[in-house]
Amino acid sequence: MRLDTAEVGGSRAIESAIRAANRDGRPALTAFLTAGYPQRDRFAELLEAVAVEADVVEVGVPFSDPMADGVTIQRASRAALNSGVSLPWILDEIDRADPAAPVLLMSYLNPLLAFGHERLGDAAARAGVAGFIIPDLPVEESRELEEALEPHGLGIVQFVTPVTPAARMSELCARSRGFVYAVTRTGTTGGSFDPAGAAEMLARVRRISALPVQAGFGVREPEQVRELAPHVDGLIVGSALVEKLEAGENPAAFLRSLRNATRGDRR
Amino acid sequence: MTQTTTAGIDDLLAGRLPDSHGRFGAYGGRFVPETLMPSILRLETEARRALADSRFQQQLSDELEDWVGRPTPLTRARRLGESWGAEVWLKREDLTHTGAHKINNALGQALLARHLGMRRVVAETGAGQHGVAAAAACARVGLPCEVYMGAVDVRRQAPNVLRMRRLGARVIEVESGDRTLRAAIDEALRDWVSDPLGTYYLLGSAVGPHPYPWLVRELQAVIGREARAQLQERSGSLPDLVVACVGGGSNAIGLFHAFLGDPSVTLLGVEAGGLGSEIGHNAATIVHGRPGVLHGSRSLLLQDEHGQIRETHSVSAGLDYPGVGPEHAFLRDIGRVRYTSIGDEEALEALDECSRLEGILPALETAHALAGARREAASSTGRTILIGLSGRGDKDLGILAETESRDGDPA
Repeated sequence: MRLDTAEVGGSRAIESAIRAANRDGRPALTAFLTAGYPQRDRFAELLEAVAVEADVVEVGVPFSDPMADGVTIQRASRAALNSGVSLPWILDEIDRADPAAPVLLMSYLNPLLAFGHERLGDAAARAGVAGFIIPDLPVEESRELEEALEPHGLGIVQFVTPVTPAARMSELCARSRGFVYAVTRTGTTGGSFDPAGAAEMLARVRRISALPVQAGFGVREPEQVRELAPHVDGLIVGSALVEKLEAGENPAAFLRSLRNATRGDRR
Repeated sequence: MTQTTTAGIDDLLAGRLPDSHGRFGAYGGRFVPETLMPSILRLETEARRALADSRFQQQLSDELEDWVGRPTPLTRARRLGESWGAEVWLKREDLTHTGAHKINNALGQALLARHLGMRRVVAETGAGQHGVAAAAACARVGLPCEVYMGAVDVRRQAPNVLRMRRLGARVIEVESGDRTLRAAIDEALRDWVSDPLGTYYLLGSAVGPHPYPWLVRELQAVIGREARAQLQERSGSLPDLVVACVGGGSNAIGLFHAFLGDPSVTLLGVEAGGLGSEIGHNAATIVHGRPGVLHGSRSLLLQDEHGQIRETHSVSAGLDYPGVGPEHAFLRDIGRVRYTSIGDEEALEALDECSRLEGILPALETAHALAGARREAASSTGRTILIGLSGRGDKDLGILAETESRDGDPA
């Protein structure tokens, strides 16, 4: 539980956490968890453990039709829904936990609409949520929700992709809050990763963005972290982490291996 | 999102809807991952240009005549009419090439895909009719086609799977989600996200992100234009009532559009009532749904209190979908179209009645429209009723055989 003030919470807290990691000489690490997965009863505990290793935690609200996600997160979402996970439950759990890193909510739009825009900002800020990632809400449609969240110091992280034209990229970078989410390849979450192609795209985004730029979609190895480190302010690890949880492995050890991949060799 | 609906029927008739945001009042829009936005914006520009281009229109109408078999007949259903106490006309989309209205849209979009220089086409299918239409249209224009189909539908519509394969398409069985049409759309969208610049998504109904609801309606509007002119020529008047079945709603929107500006014409959309009104037992989205966002647009959805999409049921795979086209949601709100639902049993009875009295075996989807029309006829006699005979029932023989063996010989 954190205070609902714009100075210490919200989107600015995310940006600060990423910059702090960069000052440490390493790219920030954002860890994705599907809420309530693998065990509903121990989720707050898992959230806290992951927040010790990651600079930012992205908590995924499971949705019945996750069209931007690959098979791993589809499976985790379905399991979480089957165990009765819902947005009100997730907000309660985040509120109950005491994570050492700022928490972002990743949700498809419909569960947020069902909760209600009017009460979402207040409920999320009270629970300690620092911002939102909404994969099916492009900037053309996001104004109304942005306006509902802003009084609570909360904003929406925007995506840029390899097929985003230059003019559009400027608008997306200007509208984004917390950081800019660079999807380094087209496709769903969890697929393969091409570091050379990613580097070129990331350079373009960083020239435009005043916010930190984090790369996601396909990050799974310490080697990739080392290759990408010079080109990004942070990395997002999602499907690979959920796979570790699926396999019953220790997520903290995996995250530590990614975090320490560049120890001391940045810039 | 909660917008005030100020748009009305005049805006629709004047061509102001969908607006520049792809909205029909509070419904529609573009709710897709950022990766798809450049493709969707380009598709809108190019589709508007193509549909306004006389050469493209000429090519489309030549193919509709030469290959699809348009115009389709308007059949006077005398024996059904006698039985119901009405003057009944059937717009025969079942007589198109591939046997359902789906081909009008599939052909138009396949021509558009080629025009846009796309390398491949992906499509989703429920009953398999859109999959067959897409496979045939892609073969005709010379583009490779892959069709996503839920595993449940692959089993209940097996003959259409074989047809798609013979037509050169690859059928990809979808085991995720609810393994029906909705999961097939999720998978097709995932495929498209992986190659947004080279892949054309040939969406089969008037659903999805803008510009699809508009584009599909424009390509299906030929049904209503023909029917209106044919009926005026044959009977010298307009119908009192126009009835069509509604899943995503493409045949209905195509039939209704020509009559929206005729205040004397009542329009009725018939959804799948399945086994009953309990949640999960039907696919009657307009009758039972609430506003939400799925598959790229805001419309009415069958969902739970937390915004999770519910599983649906209908004996008809083509109506088994938890959403509906945004233009239908709008037409419901402004009161221009009335929507009702018909259950599995009543649809099956209407299918038998039409088969035995008119010698026309309709699709299970279409049977819902026939049953809806029959109910209306019973409430007031002597009316002229136009029904969208959206497809033929050959594909449903497997399901009909099952119900026959369950019930014994049908009455």
